[in-house]
Amino acid sequence: MKYIDEFQDPDLARRLLDEIHSTVTRPWALMEVCGGQTHSIIRHGIDQLLPDQVELIHGPGCPVCVTPLEVIDKALEIASRPEVIFCSFGDMLRVPGTGRDLFQVRGEGGDVRVVYSPLDALRVAQQNPARQVVFFGIGFETTAPPNAMTVYQARKLGIPNFSMLVSHVRVPPAIEAIMRSPQCRVQGFLAAGHVCSVMGIDEYPELAERHRVPIVVTGFEPLDVLEGVRRTVAQLERGEHTVDNAYARAVRPEGNPAAKAMLEDVFEVTDRSWRGIGVIPDSGWRLSAKYRDYDAEHRFSVEGIRTEEPAACRSGEVLQGLLKPHECEAFGTVCTPRTPLGATMVSSEGACAAYYLYRRLDTTPAAREATSVV
Amino acid sequence: MSDAIDLTAPLPDPAAWTCPAPLRDQSRIVMGHGGGGALSAELVQNVFAPAFGGEVLHRLGDAAALSLGGLRLAFSTDSFVVRPLFFPGGSIGDLAVNGTVNDLAVSGARAAYLSCGFILEEGVEIDTVTRVADALGAAARAAGVEVVTGDTKVVEAGHGDGIYINTAGIGLIPAGVDLRPQRVVPGDVVIVSGAIGVHGVAIMSVREGLEFGVEIVSDCAPLGGLVDAMLAVTRDLHMLRDPTRGGLAAALNEVAAAAGAGVVIEERKVPVPPAVANACAVLGLDPMYVANEGKLVAFVPRQHADAVVDAMRAHPRGAEAAIIGEVVRDHPGMVVARTGLGGTRVVDMPLGEQLPRIC
Repeated sequence: MKYIDEFQDPDLARRLLDEIHSTVTRPWALMEVCGGQTHSIIRHGIDQLLPDQVELIHGPGCPVCVTPLEVIDKALEIASRPEVIFCSFGDMLRVPGTGRDLFQVRGEGGDVRVVYSPLDALRVAQQNPARQVVFFGIGFETTAPPNAMTVYQARKLGIPNFSMLVSHVRVPPAIEAIMRSPQCRVQGFLAAGHVCSVMGIDEYPELAERHRVPIVVTGFEPLDVLEGVRRTVAQLERGEHTVDNAYARAVRPEGNPAAKAMLEDVFEVTDRSWRGIGVIPDSGWRLSAKYRDYDAEHRFSVEGIRTEEPAACRSGEVLQGLLKPHECEAFGTVCTPRTPLGATMVSSEGACAAYYLYRRLDTTPAAREATSVV
Repeated sequence: MSDAIDLTAPLPDPAAWTCPAPLRDQSRIVMGHGGGGALSAELVQNVFAPAFGGEVLHRLGDAAALSLGGLRLAFSTDSFVVRPLFFPGGSIGDLAVNGTVNDLAVSGARAAYLSCGFILEEGVEIDTVTRVADALGAAARAAGVEVVTGDTKVVEAGHGDGIYINTAGIGLIPAGVDLRPQRVVPGDVVIVSGAIGVHGVAIMSVREGLEFGVEIVSDCAPLGGLVDAMLAVTRDLHMLRDPTRGGLAAALNEVAAAAGAGVVIEERKVPVPPAVANACAVLGLDPMYVANEGKLVAFVPRQHADAVVDAMRAHPRGAEAAIIGEVVRDHPGMVVARTGLGGTRVVDMPLGEQLPRIC
């Protein structure tokens, strides 16, 4: 894939790295907001190539990780019903709810299907008029428009047996919550490029100004991430804090008006709970009153399910960069990628999972002890 | 659509930011138990191996190496539950032959005889069964094996995906050939016989109705001839593996764990066709974890590596053979990839099957 290769060119990467190394004069803590960027950083080993002074904090931008336990439990309850075909993106199937996950529901006889698009779920509904088809609508501003479009289509086509379990989240309020934390260590943000390609960058200048923090809109390929780091560090070294678009090939300042209009029609902003963080005001979307009929929570009467999350792990602090994964008591003992206690250990891009893998490369006695119980 | 952020609204107390989830307890079979990763291995180690016992089984090779009447035999079995039954580049019939033949081939044996068990679902068309049987027969002839015994069962409608097939195969291991992970030592060179990820993406493209712009054809093929060509260079090959379920990542991890050695690969040297890389990028999959058929990974003493690669490249099944890495003393049991940018990443054992990512 030529287009992608160009953004993984080792020579260009080396040049960007050289420039970052020569620019940095003191320690900086940057947060990459998006799970896709975290994936690219881990996948290409970018964090090991940056100067020691540049610390990357993996933000709460993995939609799978931040979907609250309560919503997962609602999904498990709905998916267990015999009349339901439950459709989801693949990586939600392994996220544990209380006691089980969607894979286990399938093992117990539930009809749980992996789809690649919400419109595929709508097609399943058309093909199975006698069954109820529910799509698990999670994700950030990037996945929200196609999900909104699907609900819009369901209503337009009059498909009565389709509904959506919605747990969408919005990035800017999360940045706000992180910056307002008294212990916040983040000094610069790599904003999520794909989110901005939908929403534009209007929401960021105020955030950057209020918290005096540079926000650089950054893409996902290795060179995009390095360019985002380069521009953020350059601003920090100059004492600036502006919004900079380093992903101009995909992001227009106004975003995608058609997608925004669809979001505005189908969804309304709501407070949303983030797994590991808690409720952040105005940080999510739910179906608007006009589309209430398509709300699976309402249709299957699971609105009342409330799950208490016992305080067992400290991934919320890890997400803020306040705690290194191995400093958590559960790390590598009761909490491993196989038996995750927290979202940061669930996803392969999660900070704890990544740390767990790399910790095993460290042959010091302390590291061996930390990862010896699998 | 929102709007300005309400600065007066209460925010969660950062000290209480936690993310707990309960420990998982697998009380039932999930799809991951058949995915060729850690869950599969646990099922075998915790359930099957203790129940069956036996020193040979505990070696857990692709095929069992047996001594019988003065002969060294390799014996293997595999079941095939692929959907759809026909895909670009092959069918369940081809797979049923090549899967078992290749398990024998990577044990150093040339397959001689196969058994074949069909489990048919009530309602499947005779014409479909005939096409699969014809494909199976043709694949057997192409692989130089003879189907000598078989069995047929029919299950009620709704209890199968049309056709399931089990095959078992037996072959002779030549004198001087001893392929097993315990022979892998630091300094060995890691070779793959060609492009990886092709079969898995080909199956996914038809099963899920995904189109990637270019038709991706499965590389399903018998490997006996290629292994013969390699053994003609030297019988001192240490270990071969066909990286099927779990992909190259699972195969390398299994060998690293069994050998008690580390493996380092150069990511850019791993041949991944652009169409596979493209499809994986779209789906958020890693080609290293995607299933292959008709490919092998070899652990070869360094002094023989170049000659073995030359011999592989001279064979049609190994034209794209490449040295991708080496076995090291560091990080025993782990596989590490050096990335194109010069960083490193751990290539871990997959848990179950790989899932397309949302982001």
